[in-house]
Amino acid sequence: MSTAAPPPALAPPAPPARRPPGAPRAPRRTWRRALRRDWQLYSLAILPLLFFLIFRYLPMLGNVIAFRRFQPGGNIFGEYWVGLRYFKMFLADPTFWNVFTNTLVLGALTLLFCFPLPIVLALLLNEVRARKLKRFVQSVSYLPHFLSIVIVAAMVMQLLSMDGTVNQLVRAGGGEAIPFLQQPEWFRTIYVSSEVWQTVGWGTILYLAALTTIDDDLYEASRIDGANRWRQTWHVTLPGIRPTMVTLLILNIGTFMAVGFEKILLLYNPLTYPTADVISTYLFRMGFASSNFSYAAAIGLFEAVIGLILVLSANLIARRTVGTSLW
Amino acid sequence: MVSVEAARPAETAPRPGRRRGIQQTRGYRVFQVVNAVILTIVVVVTLYPFVNIVARSMSHEAYIIAGQVNLVPRGFTLDTYRLVLSDSLFWTNYRNTVVYTVTATVISIVMTTCYAYVLSKKQLKGRGVLVGIAVFTMFFSGGLIPNYVLVTSLGLKNSVWAIALPNAINVFNLLVMKAFFESLPGELEEAGAVDGLSTYGILWRIVLPLSKAIVATMVLFYAVAFWNSWFAAFLYLDRQELWPVTVYLRNLIAGATGAENVGAIAEANEVQAEATLKAVTIVLTTLPILLVYPFVQRYFVRGIMLGAVKG
Repeated sequence: MSTAAPPPALAPPAPPARRPPGAPRAPRRTWRRALRRDWQLYSLAILPLLFFLIFRYLPMLGNVIAFRRFQPGGNIFGEYWVGLRYFKMFLADPTFWNVFTNTLVLGALTLLFCFPLPIVLALLLNEVRARKLKRFVQSVSYLPHFLSIVIVAAMVMQLLSMDGTVNQLVRAGGGEAIPFLQQPEWFRTIYVSSEVWQTVGWGTILYLAALTTIDDDLYEASRIDGANRWRQTWHVTLPGIRPTMVTLLILNIGTFMAVGFEKILLLYNPLTYPTADVISTYLFRMGFASSNFSYAAAIGLFEAVIGLILVLSANLIARRTVGTSLW
Repeated sequence: MVSVEAARPAETAPRPGRRRGIQQTRGYRVFQVVNAVILTIVVVVTLYPFVNIVARSMSHEAYIIAGQVNLVPRGFTLDTYRLVLSDSLFWTNYRNTVVYTVTATVISIVMTTCYAYVLSKKQLKGRGVLVGIAVFTMFFSGGLIPNYVLVTSLGLKNSVWAIALPNAINVFNLLVMKAFFESLPGELEEAGAVDGLSTYGILWRIVLPLSKAIVATMVLFYAVAFWNSWFAAFLYLDRQELWPVTVYLRNLIAGATGAENVGAIAEANEVQAEATLKAVTIVLTTLPILLVYPFVQRYFVRGIMLGAVKG
C-alpha cells in the first residue's frame, strides 16, 4: 500500500500529455506554468483541500486547548496558556494509568487474535476445492463486517443476557447463569471475541487476493524438491503473502491505541470500568460528562502522538528488516 | 527454496483447474475433512446470532425470559413487530437515516472523485504534496474534543451537515479511486483534449463513463458507512426527531431517554415486550443490509482488491 508519490521536485521526463512540449525547465517559472496549464485540475482540488484543512488539520491545531484554559462557548482555541498543566494532571491521575493499561491490554489482545486469524482462515479457504462451497463460506464470513457497530453491540447483549443462548448453555452444563456484561473479568473476552466475529472474515480478502498471485511454478518446483503440503505452505505460500501480512500488521499497529472506542462505549458500564474503560472512552467522559475539554484534549493528543509514533516505528522496522513498508 | 527432505518422487496427479498438484496422501485427505469441519463451524458461528435474533423477535416474551429461545421462535407472534412499526419515532428516525445517507454519500462521492482524479495525474506539479496532505490524516487526527469544538463552533450541530461534512472524504476510498483512475488508458483523455474538451469535460464525458464500476463501489462503501454510523449523530443531534435509526436502537438497548416512546406504546397495549422489542428493532435495522448484501457483496470485494493491488 505504498501511497507516497514520487517527489514532486522531479519533473517527469516524458512530455506531459495533451499539452504542447514545454519550454526548457526553469525552476522558478514552473509553478506559474503549471498553474496556467493545469488550473482546471487544481480547481477540482479546492473543495477537497478545504475539507482537509477545516475538518482534519484545523482540529489538529485545535489541540492547543490541551495547553490552554478552555471554556465551553468561549474562544475555540482557549483563553490563556497553562503550559503542561493538564498533562501533569493526567500523568498524576491513577484512573488515567488504569485506562492506559486497559488500552494496551485490549489493543494487544485484538492484535494477537485479529491479525493472525484472517491469515489462517484465508489459508484454509485456499485449500477448499469446491468453488461454490468456498464462495458460500466467504460470503457468509464477510457479512458481519457490514453491520453497524450498534447492531453488533445489541446482538452481543442479547446473546449474553441472562436468558440468552450463552447462559442457556451454561445452565445446560449445570452452571449458574452469569451476568457477563456486568462482570469486569469477562469484558476482555467479550470484546475480543465479538471483534473476531466481526472482522476475521472480511480480513481474509486481501490475503486471498495475494494467494492468487503466487506462481504455480513455485509449487511445482517445491514438489519436485520433495516438499509435502505442509512444507509447501511454509516455504511457498507464506513467503508469497508476506508483503500483505507486513502491510496489514503495520496498519493494525497504527490503530492499536484507538481500540474500538464506539464498541466499548456501547458495551461497557460503570461495573466493568476496571477492565473496559480505555483512553478514548475516559477522555469522552472527561470531555462530555465533566465538561473538562482541555483535560480531555490533552489525553487525546497524548494518545494520537503515541499512535503516530507506533505506526512510524512499525513502518521503519518493517522496512529495515523485511523490506516492505507503507511508504 | 525447500530443503530436500527425501528424494522420493513427487506424487503428482493431473491438476484439476489451476490448483497446485494434488497429493492424495492420507494426511491430506484427513486435512480436507478437518478443514471442512472448521469452515462449517465458522459458518455456523457467524450465522447463529442472526438466526437467534430473528427467533427472539418472533417469540413470546415469556419464552425469552425463561431462556428457551434459540434457533426457532417459541410462542410465535408478530405483535412486537406491529408495536415497533406503530411507533412514529421509529419511522421518523428511519427516514432520517435514509436522508442522511443519501446526502452524505452524494457529497462524499463528488469530493472523493474530484480529488482522486487530480491525484491520479502523475505529471501534475505539487501532486506529492496533495497526496501527502490526505495520507497524513490516516495516521494522525485532531481527536474527539477538538473536532467537537470545531463542529459546534461552525454551527453545524443539529443538522445533517454535522454528519456529512466532517467525514466527507475517506482516505482509503480516495486511494482506491486514485488507483483506478491511474489504471485508465491516457489516450482517450488525450483524444478528448484534442477535440477541445476542458478538464471538466474530460472528467465528465470520458473518465466518469468509464468509471461506473468504481463509482458504484464507492457509493456502496460510503452508503454503508453512513447508514451504519451512529456516533456523530449521537454527539451532534440533540433532538430525538433528528436521530437516525441507529441512535434509536442504541437508546433502546442502553435503556436511555428517547426509548420510552415505544415502551409507552407497549404499556398502553398491556404487552410485556422488553426483550422482544430489542430483538425486533435489531432485525428491522439490519434488514435492509441483509436484503441488498447478496447483490452488492462482489462490488465491495472488487473495490477492496483494487485498493490492495495499487493502493
